[in-house]
Amino acid sequence: MTFSQDDFRDSSLVKTALDELQRITTRPWVIMEICGGQTHAIMQYGLDQLLPPSLELVHGPGCPVCVTPLELVDKAIAIAYRPDVIFCSFGDMLRVPGSNEDLFSVRAKGGQVRVVYSPLDAIQVAKDNPKKEVVFFAIGFETTAPVNAASVLQAENLGLKNYSVLVSQVCVPPAMEAILSSPSNRVQGFLAAGHVCSVMGYWEYLPLAEKYKIPIVITGFEPLDLVSGILQTVRQLENETYIVENAYPRVVTQLGNRSALTMINKVYMPVDRNWRGIGMIPMSGWGLRSEYAQYDAELRFDTSGIQVMESKVCIAGEILRGIKKPFECPAFRVECNPSRPLGAPMVSSEGACSAYYRYSSEGSD
Amino acid sequence: MAKVDFGGVIRETCLEAVPEANLGDYVIVHAGFALNTLSEEDALETLEIFRQMERLSELETGNNDILPG
Amino acid sequence: MALQDQSIFENASCPILLPHDSRIVMGHGSGGRMTRDLIRQVFLPLFSNPALDAANDFASIPSQDGELIISTDNHIVSPLFFPGGDIGRLAICGTVNDIAVSGAKPLYLTAGFIIEEGFLIEELARIVSSMKSALEESGVLMVAGDTKVVEKGKADGVFINTTGVGWRSNNFIIGGANARPGDAVLISGTLADHGIAVLSARGELALESSIQSDVAPLNGLIDTLLHTLPEIHVFRDPTRGGLATTLNEIAHQSHVEIVLDEKTIPLSLPVKTCCEMLGFDPLYVANEGKLVIILPEKDANAALDILKRHKYGSQAASIGSITYGKKTRVLLKTLIGGTRILDLLSGEMLPRIC
Repeated sequence: MTFSQDDFRDSSLVKTALDELQRITTRPWVIMEICGGQTHAIMQYGLDQLLPPSLELVHGPGCPVCVTPLELVDKAIAIAYRPDVIFCSFGDMLRVPGSNEDLFSVRAKGGQVRVVYSPLDAIQVAKDNPKKEVVFFAIGFETTAPVNAASVLQAENLGLKNYSVLVSQVCVPPAMEAILSSPSNRVQGFLAAGHVCSVMGYWEYLPLAEKYKIPIVITGFEPLDLVSGILQTVRQLENETYIVENAYPRVVTQLGNRSALTMINKVYMPVDRNWRGIGMIPMSGWGLRSEYAQYDAELRFDTSGIQVMESKVCIAGEILRGIKKPFECPAFRVECNPSRPLGAPMVSSEGACSAYYRYSSEGSD
Repeated sequence: MAKVDFGGVIRETCLEAVPEANLGDYVIVHAGFALNTLSEEDALETLEIFRQMERLSELETGNNDILPG
Repeated sequence: MALQDQSIFENASCPILLPHDSRIVMGHGSGGRMTRDLIRQVFLPLFSNPALDAANDFASIPSQDGELIISTDNHIVSPLFFPGGDIGRLAICGTVNDIAVSGAKPLYLTAGFIIEEGFLIEELARIVSSMKSALEESGVLMVAGDTKVVEKGKADGVFINTTGVGWRSNNFIIGGANARPGDAVLISGTLADHGIAVLSARGELALESSIQSDVAPLNGLIDTLLHTLPEIHVFRDPTRGGLATTLNEIAHQSHVEIVLDEKTIPLSLPVKTCCEMLGFDPLYVANEGKLVIILPEKDANAALDILKRHKYGSQAASIGSITYGKKTRVLLKTLIGGTRILDLLSGEMLPRIC
């Protein structure tokens, strides 16, 4: 290949793009990015400080860890406590607070909880431990849907009877619609999540841009990609256009990845999903089709009798919808910090509260 | 499953969603699963847009030493 | 040949005669004959020196001028063996380095072993052998030790405590409170090697790489720097919590602001890749063979020359400076010119999903 990832981190190209952005920005604008990975990258590179001061970048509910409903976290904990279960999960779910505790403390008390990089590793765990039930916490946006679905298909092909998934799969477009249709919405432009779109394509955003008269730019994750996405969004806002543009063409196409979509459609079907901090958004996620019900951990294990209790102090919902910033929360840095989080956005490294805590603190004098 | 080199680190990765991928191609991987191949053509095009922008701005601000006079 | 037919001892070319399939049992920790045999067979042959061979319950050490520097460390790493090292090497180097960064010459170590019932004696011998190599390399003597055995499940194979002593002559003023505005911040080499090597050795993440732990004794390097450069303000080895944690400690001790330049920070490609894949910040990942040096800017190049000529400093770099800013904090100037704060880590780093 004649280019590399580092080319998209080239500081002089990024500066060029930032200068251009500065030049064309004449008015204040509010832009939302809706992917946890993008929130993380922006904070990690200190990009938010380099933008024109009149641009406000707002972080949306793009952190799958943050939006996993409390009830499901409690179910995960209940299942993980079972001595016959090896509970596998992506790392950042371990410290998400449930009503009483988190998966980390289950592990500390002797429960079998394993961090895996991929659900396909959980399949291996199931193969290696035939006498145990292996459950994978299948959370995520459309980016993890193909691999989570693939794990179910692999379990089917291998005839594995001891593998199941606890599903909390959510989709971006319904969340965007929920934000845009809210009367208190301040968002004027969207950076759409590049890798979500690499799977799904971006045709779903066309009606949204049209209906709400809002520019949507598909954006990648390297510094140049992020500035480029913001640049194209601001250009549209300054020119009063509202179309969907692809600023990540090396990975994203309008129709997405057909093979991945086939896998998803085989295993999953659209369902209503509860978004922690936001509430129920109809047809905003995926659940297992009835043909694959045998792999559904919610059906395989009895998790009734869970009493869900959300923190009364945590304002995660307003943070996730971009209505408030973390430092506007009375508990921020006081009772709530990454080692003792009251809500999910303080836990996940993509959560807005955690990002603000880590990257924007002021040192003591 | 195939071995993908992430840059000095190798991991088994599922390539089922990228049947067109060949040895030596770049892929975007998420949680052990290749989501898409990378288009070299589009990458270079994007980079060229910004390189041109850079050259133009150097001309405008007179930073280009090659300019005659 | 069936196992029962073989002699119970391995063939004579093995330096330590060990019974086959021999495992540690509770009796090895009881203080009686089994303990004595274990010490004689496994520990003494490798750690032998006059103090230890005297077989007292204490070691007697002649005093010197200056200050006595003493440090202790517990080692509980899992897995016990990882690319580039093992718990034994870690136990020696960790304490040697803690003494050496004070400006003292590390001289003597003690080692306490807590061994889990069922642990393979052959593995114990490997660990002790590794400790011996590290002791030889650092020129330090093992003068006292203790061994206890706990029931299965009460230790992760083996836990090791090492305590070390050294003497520091009074004219060295080195410590975390001495960083001054205008000083340069140097690092002796690539970051995060140890933490990532151990993580990938755990196998859960199924990654293949050539990453090796950097565990090494730094007293030789420190000695050369101390005796060549006119003035050094701070030495620290950035272990658990990584460089960022160490610099935060120093910033608070010295009441200064430290700024790092991201593009100068040395990272090997596989380590950088691993960190990106897992969502770890390499500035917070453990090192076990690296040195932070804070000294007057005018001496930075001379220091880098010395470092680069040493086997443990070949990738050394100047990575930042102590500013004249009034706030006590550590800042990072990012690749693209932004600035972010490097705060203390809260809790354990876990691999990220996206």
